[in-house]
Amino acid sequence: MTDVESAVALDLAGLQALVDLLAAEGYTVLGPTVRAGAVVPGRVTTVDDLPRGWGDTQEPGSYRLRRRDDEALFGYAADAISWKSVLFPSRELMWSGTRTADGFSITAGEGSGGLGDPPYAILGIRACDLHAVAIHDRVLQERALPDVHYAARRKDAFLVTVSCSDPSGTCFCVSMGTGPRAESGFDLALTELLGDEHTFLARAGSERGRTVLDRLGSRPAADGEVVAADEVVERSTRRMGRTMDTTDIRTLLYDNADHPRWDDVASRCLSCGNCTMVCPTCFCTSAEDHTSLAGDTAEHWRVWDSCFTSDFSYLHGGSVRSSTKSRYRQWMTHKLASWIDQFGTSGCVGCGRCLTWCPVGIDITEEVAAIRADPRPTAEQTPIEQTPIEQGGGG
Amino acid sequence: MPVDVADPATAAADALLPRPFRVVANRRETSDTVTLELEPLDGDGLAFAAGQFTMLQAFGVGEVPISISGDPARPGLLVHTIRDVGGVTRALCAAEVGDVLGARGPYGRGWGVSDARGGDVVVVAGGIGLAPLRAAVLEVVRARSGFGRVHVLYGARTEDDLLFGDDLEEWAAEPDTEVAVIVDRAATSWPGRVGLVTELVRAAAFDAPRTLALVCGPEVMMRFVGAELTARGVPASQVRLSLERNMRCGVGLCGHCQLREYLLCVDGPVLSLDAVRPQLGIREL
Ligand SMILES: Cc1cc2nc3c(=O)[nH]c(=O)nc-3n(C[C@H](O)[C@H](O)[C@H](O)COP(=O)(O)OP(=O)(O)OC[C@H]3O[C@@H](n4cnc5c(N)ncnc54)[C@H](O)[C@@H]3O)c2cc1C
Ligand code: SF4
Ligand code: SF4
Repeated sequence: MTDVESAVALDLAGLQALVDLLAAEGYTVLGPTVRAGAVVPGRVTTVDDLPRGWGDTQEPGSYRLRRRDDEALFGYAADAISWKSVLFPSRELMWSGTRTADGFSITAGEGSGGLGDPPYAILGIRACDLHAVAIHDRVLQERALPDVHYAARRKDAFLVTVSCSDPSGTCFCVSMGTGPRAESGFDLALTELLGDEHTFLARAGSERGRTVLDRLGSRPAADGEVVAADEVVERSTRRMGRTMDTTDIRTLLYDNADHPRWDDVASRCLSCGNCTMVCPTCFCTSAEDHTSLAGDTAEHWRVWDSCFTSDFSYLHGGSVRSSTKSRYRQWMTHKLASWIDQFGTSGCVGCGRCLTWCPVGIDITEEVAAIRADPRPTAEQTPIEQTPIEQGGGG
Repeated sequence: MPVDVADPATAAADALLPRPFRVVANRRETSDTVTLELEPLDGDGLAFAAGQFTMLQAFGVGEVPISISGDPARPGLLVHTIRDVGGVTRALCAAEVGDVLGARGPYGRGWGVSDARGGDVVVVAGGIGLAPLRAAVLEVVRARSGFGRVHVLYGARTEDDLLFGDDLEEWAAEPDTEVAVIVDRAATSWPGRVGLVTELVRAAAFDAPRTLALVCGPEVMMRFVGAELTARGVPASQVRLSLERNMRCGVGLCGHCQLREYLLCVDGPVLSLDAVRPQLGIREL
């Protein structure tokens, strides 16, 4: 798959040169960093900011950093916090307003991120997360009325992906067709090689990626390096922590909306919403209005929301989804089935974060497998329920 | 707010900002419901199709979806009929003449009233559900000869909860138009019918295969009415329901209004019964 002619090799100095070049070009350079016992997005000025020698152990309900016995910079699986936190931050000012003699005047909020201002260069974004960005492009940007704040941060982002060399116990990107190596959607793609020499096989995925590579003074990759890079990817492919069979998954989940497994998962799920917060594609938001004490200025904020809260589906009189069963079903069915109808793609990229960060270790792959093993399609129900009619609501 | 129309990014940003509208009338309909008439402070009115809604904002309090209950032929006047059920709707209902509210839209897919041309129209409303249907009936009445028989079938909790009394009388005076009202509970003095709106559907005379039915009310009422209409022979594809879900943005970005594959704010709120029958049969979907 790798285009041998265009593949080049960078050493550690070359990687530092890449960081320097991107910074000089005006990018805010971000990458994986170790903070609070986890690999999370952070500012990167030198390669020493990267998680050198750190790996991770991830299982449902558990995440642990571990010391590697090598000097790998990208030897962990998926970052604990996805790049959603940068491109689509958890709080955003949509507008602020001031009362005037004539009513009020409104000023659009200016988007900015917690890790500095765009344009961003993101170093080390995984193939699964690159797919998640492509999904957000579709969901937030390629719309009749797009999310302009997302679009502004996304517009010039320079994406440097790094193939996964050590997937975790919760990874299943291979099942979702998203990894472990990115095939498109990046400016540069690196594969880390830890042989006698510590090198990075690099390919360009865009014109500006090619320009950057040309300016780095890299050397053409040796045949052996190209083969070694392919082996890294093949090894990762074989070592996925999990699998998910996605055959006809849309029909499977639609037809099994009343499967007893939903009650089973509901008996374990805490409805805490962790899964939606860590998921790189979950995009649901709410609105918050704040006003000054005197009421003459106001702010309208957009904040991440979760379909696991009761407020989420609230209509006067009560929540549409009051049971945990209905909320888990909504979340999983949206990710894996209705997302396909809405946006032409799955909403799951197999990053494994929802498994890892679920306090009770609920595993989306296991929930799908349980329904698939014993399907109980609901016969189409008549839309009649013998409950009294209260004619007051609606609208 | 400087608007650079040449810049698509600016135009897109402005599309999500509320525009100021001045309240020019606040009419009390019932003890908990008012009709507001609004005029834009900054230019043109909102051209809209019957059944569409706006995100209506009380400054500093919040923003909620409210159907447009006015006449689609008079886009200069934005008319909303609002029931006070919580924080934002209370503030909206309390707006006085001269106050300024924010609105953005119109959003969503409306009734598609013109699809009924040449056939009969059956409008079935429950409670505040008559608000978006008022716009549809006004559209039909303006082109009355283009449609066959017209029924407006309206159920409310009590006599005191009836909306648009003057309109109901005017519509009843139109040729070949029947307006029927029924209430859940009544004082002994109420001369009209007591019961469920489905009874009105059962009693109405219309040419079912050539009927377009427009239904809005509580979801359970719409399910019963949908079943009754299809039992009478109206094809499910010609029964249209306006569905309600929590909506925070109105433009398909916030994810709140999902009904399985639908984002109701953009795919709806009006959808045909055949498109939503399986979904409405599943509890808590
Ligand atoms: C398409 C559509 C059309 C509708 N048309 C009409 C209509 O024509 N007439 C009508 O009366 N109703 C209509 N409704 C219903 C109306 O939108 C709700 O009654 C309204 O949202 C209730 O809001 P509330 O704040 O008054 O009530 P609440 O029950 O207090 O709140 C409802 C939701 O708003 C949130 N909320 C409350 N205050 C704030 C705040 N300050 N900031 C942010 N969020 C807040 C709550 O968290 C809750 O999720 C329509 C609904 C839809 C979906
Ligand atoms: S659903 Fe879970 S595995 Fe899939 S993308 Fe979201 S967090 Fe990752
Ligand atoms: S599945 Fe796990 S993370 Fe998600 S809401 Fe339930 S308990 Fe929380």
